This record gives sequence, structure tokens and C-alpha cells, in this order.
Amino acid sequence: MEYFLQQLINGVTLGSIYGLIAIGYTMVYGIIGMINFAHGDVFMVGSFMALIVFLALLALGVTFVPLALLIVLILAMALTSLYGWTVERIAYRPLRGSFRLAPLISAIGMSIFLQNMVQVAQGARVKPLPPVITGGYQFGAAEGFVVNVSNVQIIIVVTTIALMVAFSLIVSRTPLGRAQRACEQDRKMAALLGVDVDRTISLTFVMGAALASVAGLMYLLYYGVIDFYIGFVAGVKAFTAAVLGGIGSLPGAMLGGLLIGLIETFWSAYFTVEYKDVAAFSILAIVLIFLPSGLLGRPEVEKV
Amino acid sequence: MIDDTPALPPELLLRVERLTMRFGGLTAVNDVSFDVRRGEITALIGPNGAGKTTVFNCITGFYKPTVGRLTLASKEGPLLLERLRDHQISRKANVARTFQNIRLFGGMTALENLLVAQHAPLMKASGLTVLGVLGIGGFNKAERAAIEKAKTWLERIGLIDRADDPAADLPYGDQRRLEIARAMCTDPVLLCLDEPAAGLNPRESLELNALLRSIRDQDDTAVLLIEHDMSVVMEISDHVIVLDYGKKISDGAPLHVRNDPKVIAAYLGVEDDEVEKVESEIGVETAS
Amino acid sequence: MSDPHAGAAAPSVFGVAFKDAAFAALVALGLAAPMLGLVTVQTQSGIELEQHWGKVAIAVAIVFAGRLLLNLTLWRPGRKKSLSYVPPKVEAKLARFAKYLAPLAILGAVVMPMLPFTERYAIDLGILVLTYVMLGWGLNIVVGLAGLLDLGYVAFYAVGAYSYALLAQYFGLSFWVCLPLAGILAAFWGVILGFPVLRLRGDYLAIVTLAFGEIIRIVLLNWYWFTGGPNGISGIPRPSFFGLDFDRGDDGFAATFGLDYSPLHRIVFLYYLILALALLTNFVTIRLRRLPIGRAWEALREDEIACRSLGINTVNTKLTAFALGAMFAGFAGSFFATRQGFISPESFVFMESALILAIVVLGGMGSQFGVAVAAVVMIGGFELFREFSDYRMITFGLVMVLIMIWRPRGLVSTRSPSVFLKEKKAISGSLVQEGHG
Repeated sequence: MEYFLQQLINGVTLGSIYGLIAIGYTMVYGIIGMINFAHGDVFMVGSFMALIVFLALLALGVTFVPLALLIVLILAMALTSLYGWTVERIAYRPLRGSFRLAPLISAIGMSIFLQNMVQVAQGARVKPLPPVITGGYQFGAAEGFVVNVSNVQIIIVVTTIALMVAFSLIVSRTPLGRAQRACEQDRKMAALLGVDVDRTISLTFVMGAALASVAGLMYLLYYGVIDFYIGFVAGVKAFTAAVLGGIGSLPGAMLGGLLIGLIETFWSAYFTVEYKDVAAFSILAIVLIFLPSGLLGRPEVEKV
Repeated sequence: MIDDTPALPPELLLRVERLTMRFGGLTAVNDVSFDVRRGEITALIGPNGAGKTTVFNCITGFYKPTVGRLTLASKEGPLLLERLRDHQISRKANVARTFQNIRLFGGMTALENLLVAQHAPLMKASGLTVLGVLGIGGFNKAERAAIEKAKTWLERIGLIDRADDPAADLPYGDQRRLEIARAMCTDPVLLCLDEPAAGLNPRESLELNALLRSIRDQDDTAVLLIEHDMSVVMEISDHVIVLDYGKKISDGAPLHVRNDPKVIAAYLGVEDDEVEKVESEIGVETAS
Repeated sequence: MSDPHAGAAAPSVFGVAFKDAAFAALVALGLAAPMLGLVTVQTQSGIELEQHWGKVAIAVAIVFAGRLLLNLTLWRPGRKKSLSYVPPKVEAKLARFAKYLAPLAILGAVVMPMLPFTERYAIDLGILVLTYVMLGWGLNIVVGLAGLLDLGYVAFYAVGAYSYALLAQYFGLSFWVCLPLAGILAAFWGVILGFPVLRLRGDYLAIVTLAFGEIIRIVLLNWYWFTGGPNGISGIPRPSFFGLDFDRGDDGFAATFGLDYSPLHRIVFLYYLILALALLTNFVTIRLRRLPIGRAWEALREDEIACRSLGINTVNTKLTAFALGAMFAGFAGSFFATRQGFISPESFVFMESALILAIVVLGGMGSQFGVAVAAVVMIGGFELFREFSDYRMITFGLVMVLIMIWRPRGLVSTRSPSVFLKEKKAISGSLVQEGHG
């Protein structure tokens, strides 16, 4: 039983990270109908930004962990958002309104560029970070089993929940959110009504990048090691999560992320580690066969 | 099964019985029944939102009716349309349709569009493609025949000079006629047209009328059309059915329907009992 | 009435350009400072940052100068700010030559190994390029003609390669028997994988095909006793010239034809083999385009609902495209296996699918010629820049982005009709749909 609980906690933590990245995919898809293939690599850049800022702070003598983490969070979000914004401006905006394959290839090119740029700039070796947040809670010792919940895991889940709430509020209550939803429904009409479509789309990318950078920081803290390739793997999984949950739906992205994280964790724990990805992908295929728009997706009905 | 289905009287082509279509809580079509007779042009009219396109989509297999029976006297005997999937409606039942928003293959030429319509016989002639690739079998002959048929239709709709132009490049009126020609290339027994006159200017409407009449007279094809353009409806229809809020409110010859107070009320948006008053105000002859 | 603004100076072109370039430089600074300027290095005491501000300065300077230059030349206000900039006259001239280019290219490809100055490296490069041309032509059927977005094409390539390797290993069958078998197996997998998912909308189809590609790769990587796992399968028999091996023996190819043995013989044979396979793919595709199935594919891409209303079974049509594309990938895979003598899951990663898709999109519009050119440019270019290994991939990614921005519809942005009454007119790419899967 405690094994199950432990895996549950681990799975939720992993799922939260995937969910944060998946939201970026789903928001961009919702607003411009494109699969941002480079998003996973923006996540990777975010984790590198977090590492670099952290090391810089350490070098500057800032050692009080909560303060350092706060500064890392803010700076990493800002820097990664800049990357997200730039990627959109260079690779996607010139192709907007064009058909869907061109931005896809452009995105793949951008993904290759980012991965290799980081590899050349920072080196191909893995980058470890000594554990920053340690400790945790153990419970059940009295009852005879042991379940560990580390502080990192708590922080990850709490942060994710907070961000989810914040973003839901932004989307439903603020003018930006309204503008986003308007652009999702009918871009031309929104533009005619005075919505600054370019800015709305740029902000969507920025928001996605910011969330990805938080995920990057979480990943760094949780696993303690990053390299230039984590973007691809996490990206594909997060994209799978977004589709599983129903692409275009924010709660769907989070739900998909959690599911993928849980499937991966449980499969590795109870069956084999090697095939955990196969399990996740297979579940995706099966779900889509029965629910072609994903779990929470809105089925698109084409008017005949 | 074709065997179980009761045959229709010989003059009928399509019998729609108690057709009802519900989408969740909304009943778009409510217990509608009517007949389409062979060799006639039947018009389905009614105010916006009356359920006309829904009826169409049920007949042509794009929706599955919630309740109802659609019996078609096909070339091979009576068929129940509600049991067939969309592509089978054309293949087995030989029912063809056009769409409210023209659905041509824009990036293909007018000629290619008409050849795609003859897919089924050409596939057979190409031996399911295999023989065609090898260059044997009767494919070349079949293709030449198909091109001839396409040419005939292009001449009939006056587009023979634009046969090699991409369909998306054609003017709107020509596109509408091309879509009709494409549907006719499937040799249908019933041609369903969804607002064929929409967006046409008066001259184009006249050409459309001529085309539809020639289809009725020459091609042994009955026509069922949805239309808002009353001039087209009154000019060419042999039989008119009126829907309002998903129900049938009138059914008969064009003149009868035109003078039917219930129809006038529906279009004017007036309550039934006020119709006579309004009519006397506007000076319309009331049926006595 | 005098214009109240008459006295104010119009904003200078240089001023606007300068401000824009300065902004770009500022952005570049934000991007470069942490990434290029602070490099993480592992030392004995842990991990530290090294400062490389020189690199940052260079990057910012390049961005500033480049943007300023562009603003003052190509992007002058008044000139159409368009990057897809090929003068129409040039485009028209190219179109007229295009008729001759294809036969010339084929002739060139046939003759190439026999030219006196061709060395082994060139033939090897030719084999590599032709493999991708064939893969591009195969995927073109699925993506270019039928409009189905397949992101997992490499899976069928892998099935072909492993089928050949395993059939040869366990049953000792020759290449000429295994080749069609591998194609059939790949097509079979195409149908199996395609059947449940071809009803999905375009982007969902994309992710599921990507998922399938990954599933197959992971299975190949871990099913050790059957596929050899990460070690792959080695000792794959090399092809023979219809029974004559390419060795030094008395019954070998060289001896039989009275030639001195040269390792080049086998390479040249492989070259002509892949050329023949690729041309077969091309021939079949061109034929199919003129047959009802090919027209149905293109009609499917244009408007699926209209297809259904004309009696076309769209599911079967999609499956046929999928299976046929898979079959050609299977053939290419067998060729790959026999050429290398050794295969491992490493050769079948997602990047390959992405690369082949990029070739198809770059080629444009289901155009056979365009796809071939795109393959030559991308693969050939990639190989030729081998010396700059570090920067090769970075440039490759950037070039992909730039080419898409320059010609979003691909190199050949027109469609040529499969049949015509009087005149074959090229149809502009802007009228052609790209398909919704």
C-alpha cells in the first residue's frame, strides 16, 4: 500500500511538471492552431536559465535559499519569456495565415536550433546542481509503512496549483484573457473589433514560456541534473499530455499532464521502466480512438 | 435488407416518413413526412432555421435521424437511407447533393472535379488500381469515356472553355453550376441541391432554372432543392413543401402553397389568427 | 490652407532603421548574456560559471549590424516587406526550364558514377541523397497528395530495415526475396496502425503517428532477444549481383565479368539499386496520380466532405495512401539495412521523421521534382558541411526556418493537373488545400 502511495505522490509531482509545459502547448494551439514544436526546448532553456541565475547568485554571495529561489524564479521567467517571444517573432509570425505545415517545419527547425545552440554554448555534458531544497516529511512510520514526501515535491505541487488558479483567472477574468478567447474563436473578427491580435498572440507565447520556465526550475530542483536534450523528451510527453486532455483546453492540459505523469510512474514501478513511454503513448492512442477530441476537448463539428 | 423494405408506389422516388432529428435538447426536425415524385422538381422551403438543411443532411447520410424512415426507390429496389453511411448514399442509392457553401475541389481543374465524381466506375475499370498501374485492363477506354461524359456536362453548363482552369478560379455562378454538374456525373436518381440560387444574379438564376429543368426532363433525375429565392421556386418547382420550426406546414403545388395562409404567416412572422386581418390590410386575395 | 505639419521633418529612414536595429540588439543582449555569457562548467569543486562576455558582444554586434543592413536594403519602407521574394520573371523562366530539368536530372543521376572524376565519396553521398529522395517521395503520397499529417514515417523505414535483417538472419533469404517481403510487411503495419487512427482530425493524427513512431523505436530498443536491442543486428548479408557476390573469389562479380576486383563495384551497384528503387517510387506515384485512387487522394486533401458525398470511401482511401507510403519506406529500409550491413534503433529516431517531413514540405505541393530537389539540398548540404560539425546542426535548424519563411509553400509552389482537355495549366499553390487529415 505504501508503495502505491509513494508512486502516487511521485506521479503527481512528475505530472505537475508535464502539466505546466502542456499548458503552453495548449494555449498556443488554441489561439493560432499551431503545434509549437519548439516549446519543449523553451522548457529546456528555462531550466538552463534557472541554473545559470542560481549559480550567478551563489557567486554573488546570495545564499539564503528562499530569497535566491525567488530571484531565480523571477529572472528565469523573464529570460525564458524573452526566448519564447523571440521564437514567435522570428519563426512563426511571418508564417501566420499561411497554412499549417509551414509553421510546423519552422518550429521543428527552431527546435533543432535551440537544442544545438545550447549544446554548443553550454557544452554537451550533463549539468548537475547540488540539492538546494532538502528534507521532507515521512509518514506512516507508526503504522509500519513509510511514505516520503519531500519538500521539493510539495513545492512543485503547490506552485503548480497556484499557477493553474492564477492562469484560469487570467483567462476568464482579465481583458487579456478575453482577447485570447476572442482570437481563438475568430481572429479576423477580433481584429476588426479592435483587439491587438499580434500583441495577444505574443503574450500567449510569453505566458507559455513563463510557465515552461517554472517547469524548468522545478525539473532542475527535482532531478538535480539537466542537459540540452531534456527538452525533446519532455516536450513530446507534454504535447501528448495536451492532446490527451483535449488540445485547446487548459484544465485538459493539466489533467493530461497528471495522467501521463501517473502512467509513467506507475508503469515503471509495477512493470518495466523501459516501456513506460510505450504505455503513455498507447494510452493516448486508445483514448483518441474512443474520444477523438481528447478527454476534455471540444469536438469540432464541421458544418456540412 | 432490401428484401424487407416495402416497395414504393411506382410514381414515388423518395418517401420521408415521420422524420425527427434531435440534437440534445433541441428538436430541429419534428415528425416531417413528404413524398418526392419521379420526374419532378420538389422544393423544400421555409424561414431560416426551419430545419431544411437538417432534413437534407438526414436524407444524404450526413446525420443519422433520431426517428423516421426514408425509403428510396433506387435502381436496385427500395432502400432505407437512414441505414446507409454517407459515402454509400451516393454509391448504392445514387443520391447526389450539393452544398450550401460550395464544396468544389478548388485546387483541381473543372475537368478533374468531374472525373473525381466518376470515381466508382473508374476504380472498377482500373481493377482496383492494380491493373491500371500495370497499364492493362480496360482503364484507358473507361477514362476516355469518363472524359467524354465530363465534356458533355461542361458543354451543358457552358464551361467547356474553362475545363482546364482551377475550380477556385471560376466565378461564383460558374462554381455553382460546376458543383451541380459534378453531382450529375455520379448518375443519380435523386439530386439534392442546397440553396443552388444563393448569391446568383437574375441572369444566373435564369440559367440555373434552365439547367434544372433540363435535368428533370432529359436525365431521368428527380430534383429536391432547398431554396430561399421565391422566383426560382415558383418558376420551376412541380411540388413545394414548407417547413417552419421543424414542422411541415404546407405541401402541394406551388400556387396552392403560395396562397396558403399558414405559409404567409410563417414568413411574415404573424400569428395564425391574425393572418386574415393582415392579408386584407395588404390586399391579398384570401382563399375562399 | 497650409499644412500644419509642413514644417515638421519626416522621420528619416535611417533613424527608424537604427531604432529598430537597436531594439533587436537589445533583445539579442537579453538572449545572449545568460546563455552565451555565463557558461556552466564542471570543475573539481562542483559546477561553476565562466564568463565569456566577448561572445555576447559579438552576437549583439552581428544582430545589430545585420538588422540595420536589412532595414536599409530589403526592408526599406516603400519596398514590399516580403521575404518570399523571387522576381516573377525569374520564376517564369524557371518554370519553362522545369520541363527539361527532370529528365536531365535523371540522366545526370544515371551517368554520375561512370564519370571519370567521380570518387567513392561522391557515390556514397549519392546513395545517401537518393535514399532520402525515395523516402521523401514515399511520404509525399501521404502528406503531399492525400494531405495526411504523418509524423511517424520513420517507423515504416525501421520495419523495412528490421524485416530484411531478421528475414535474412533467420531464414537466409536473399535480398531480392526479402525486399518485396519487407515492403509488404511495412504496408501491413501501415494498415494496422492506420486503421484505428485515420478518422482523427489532422493534428491529432499527427501526434498519434508520432507516438507510434516512438513506440516502435522503443520496442526495437528493448526487445533484446528478437531485435538485438541497442546493439541492433549486424552481419546483414550484402546484396549480390543476381547471385554473384561482390568478392574477390573466382565466382564473384569481378571475376565473372573479367574485371579487376574493386570495392567500388559493390558501391556502384548499391547506387544503381537505390536509383532504381527511387525511380520505381516515382513512376508508381506518377501513374497513381492519373488513376482514380490518386485523384481521390488529392480530392480528399481538398475537401473530405465533398468526397464522401461523391461516394468515395474516405477511410479506405486514406488507408491506401498510408499503406502505400509505408511500403516504399519499407523498401528504402531494406536497402538501408543491406547497404550498411548493420542496423540499430539509433538510426530510427523522430528526427528522421521530422527531416523527411521537412523535405516533403520544402519540396512543395506534392511535387515529385520539388521533393527531389529539397532532398538534394538538405541532405547534400548537410553532408557537405561536415567539417563545421558543431555549427552544422545550428545552421541546419536556422536554414529550415529561413526557407519556410522564404517559401512557405515549398520550392515548387504550383500544382500540375493530372489530366487536361486542351492545355495543362499550372495551378497556383494559393488555390490548393493542404489537407486536414
